[in-house]
Amino acid sequence: MTQSGSYTGAQLIWECLTREGVTTVFGYPGGAILPAYDAMVGFDIRHVLVRHEQSAVHMADGYARASGRVGVVVATSGPGATNLVTGLATAMMDSTPLVAITGQVGSGVLGTDAFQEVDITGITLPVTKHNYLVTRAADIVPALREAFAVAKSGRPGPVLVDITKDAQQGRAELDWEAAEPIRHLRHLPPPLDPAALARALELIRSAKRPLILAGHGIQLSGARTEVLTLAERADIPFALTLLGLGAVPATHPLSLGMMGMHGESWVNKAIQEADLLLALGMRFDDRVTGKLKEYAPHAKKIHIDIDASELGKNVPVDVAIAGDLRSTLQALLPGVPVADRSAWLGTIREWRGDSAVRDIKNLPDDGHLYAAHVMHDLWRLTDGQAVVATDVGQHQMWEAQYYHHDAERSLITSGGAGTMGFALPAGIGAKIARPEAEVWVVAGDGGFQMTFAELMTAVQEGVKVNIAIINNGFLGMVRQWQALFYEGRYAATPILSPDFVKLAGAFGIHGQCVDTRAALAEAVAAARAEPGTALIEFRVEQEDSVYPMVPAGAALHEMIRRPAASAIAETGSDPV
Amino acid sequence: MPHVLVVYTDDEPGVLTRVASLFRRRGFNIHSLTVGPTERPRQSRMTIVVDAEEATVRLAVEHLRKQVNVLEVQQLGDRPKVVRDLALIRVAAGLDVRSEILQLAQVFRANVVDIAGDSLAIECAGGPDKIDALVDALRPYGILELGRTGAVAMARGPRASPERPAAAPLPASNQAMSV
Repeated sequence: MTQSGSYTGAQLIWECLTREGVTTVFGYPGGAILPAYDAMVGFDIRHVLVRHEQSAVHMADGYARASGRVGVVVATSGPGATNLVTGLATAMMDSTPLVAITGQVGSGVLGTDAFQEVDITGITLPVTKHNYLVTRAADIVPALREAFAVAKSGRPGPVLVDITKDAQQGRAELDWEAAEPIRHLRHLPPPLDPAALARALELIRSAKRPLILAGHGIQLSGARTEVLTLAERADIPFALTLLGLGAVPATHPLSLGMMGMHGESWVNKAIQEADLLLALGMRFDDRVTGKLKEYAPHAKKIHIDIDASELGKNVPVDVAIAGDLRSTLQALLPGVPVADRSAWLGTIREWRGDSAVRDIKNLPDDGHLYAAHVMHDLWRLTDGQAVVATDVGQHQMWEAQYYHHDAERSLITSGGAGTMGFALPAGIGAKIARPEAEVWVVAGDGGFQMTFAELMTAVQEGVKVNIAIINNGFLGMVRQWQALFYEGRYAATPILSPDFVKLAGAFGIHGQCVDTRAALAEAVAAARAEPGTALIEFRVEQEDSVYPMVPAGAALHEMIRRPAASAIAETGSDPV
Repeated sequence: MPHVLVVYTDDEPGVLTRVASLFRRRGFNIHSLTVGPTERPRQSRMTIVVDAEEATVRLAVEHLRKQVNVLEVQQLGDRPKVVRDLALIRVAAGLDVRSEILQLAQVFRANVVDIAGDSLAIECAGGPDKIDALVDALRPYGILELGRTGAVAMARGPRASPERPAAAPLPASNQAMSV
């Protein structure tokens, strides 16, 4: 096929990214993507060279979550492309808009098991919103434009565009207007159903014990103001999902805190006792509901989500509205009357008081360092203003319990997929998206060892993040399950770590080790003062567990409360 | 209970994989799936018979509607509809029973499409129940080979759904990904 035109396919890639407003991409070069890399030089786009392609996706994910923009990843064919899979699955589960561009072997050898050929569109089919295999330069711009539109529209998610080497090398004209994407418009939610809105309003008006379940969709839809207006006008308290943290302020008087498996006891109790749940941009994940048959047995349910396939998936609901949360609430709000639900709020306050044994700040220092203390002090020392990227496991739950997020897009964590190794690259991505923000990476000793090669990326790119490694010498959450449900058989959970301070030294960054609470504040101050990336290893109590805990498969009210004898008090009277 | 879905898609590589993968991944049980061209260029039409509860089928429909290259999904449900299946049946037919089998075929308005020394190939179009009945009737003679297309369905009466959008120009017009 002869191809002619003013641009090479490779140039069209960057031209398209530039026009889509992309300023930063995260990637790793290789043979099949080399023409694209060669053409990158002429464009005003920052390329962040990662140490592993999985981290490129996590960085783009952190970048997107922190900023609301689309994250962009570039990788080569074969192993470069397969290394993206975990990151794409993570983004898919948590609805992050990403565009991943991979090089592919030449179209003439597709299907022949050529060097570094894998069927990446086949492999990523279930973990992307959509993907493309592009074999002609002329198809690059239409595919990329549609990829951006699909990634951003509706429920956001990752899209992969696989571009053969000859498509990058071929030539084509740039016809921007002709490439205007339209197919994603087929899938926008239908117009709001007035009857459903009326039923929702009737349920809200007649509810005595209503509760808002605030999810990730609030941030994705930009519905913070509307949710707060609804809560304040109708006097309805809100409980948050893990990814909902920060969507509405933790320090708001109507905020109850996180729900679910490691949610506070009064939150889960409120769900079980409520007579109306307003589920806003959340999806009744199993970590949130516990045993479905006994979930919120007294409550009518209103579910608003942009993804119609989530409605009625796990929990049968009384009113299901498929729509953008912000515009749905805007349509709903004029019909919501001012109400006083102080009796219900008083009841919840009593439950909360029952949990508030002691304020964690006043716990005696018994010479041990508890991860919960680290999180609480970190929250206090940063005035709750940091963007925190967490990994997966115990520290993630402690962070969610003790770092009170007021600002939107201030917690970046892998919720649905639970991807270890996420925190460091995601934190780097978040910092690149928002250089003015103070970014903390909070990771366990296990997860940090999965992706710590990205420390060098931070150094090479001049990115400053502060890192708190919560080192308990175990894969702590798994150890906790072994302690509770496997009779304490610690199979493969004790884990050794390198000397993290020396490791920091090897990367040329500041490193400290803290094993008492007394030394914490000074170390945090030193890390913050450091111009470059700084690392603190916190050596915490080894066999500490996260409470409360709803065992997998149990009902929400069947939670294991914090042991009375534990030095870790419940947080009910936290001055949040 | 079987539910009949009619799905219009862009006719492009990978669409069938996407639909099949979606059903596999979500654990929806496909009874049959047929696909072919439509009255419009660059559009395909699938008839999918799903064996599932009503609520599960509704979720399957919503998942289908999210696919970028799906234009329209109809759930035929209880609506009056025409459902047709085509079967090719090779049945053992010695000379002693051949006329009996030919009579049976006539009753079912099925056609003999091939005659071999000791067998007949019969073609039968109709509702799945009719074909099941023919197969049952032929079974005692010995069915040597049986192929069925799976159901193709259409709602009766005027076109009930709004005009679906025209097929979009293909963003990636390659033929490398097989359906």
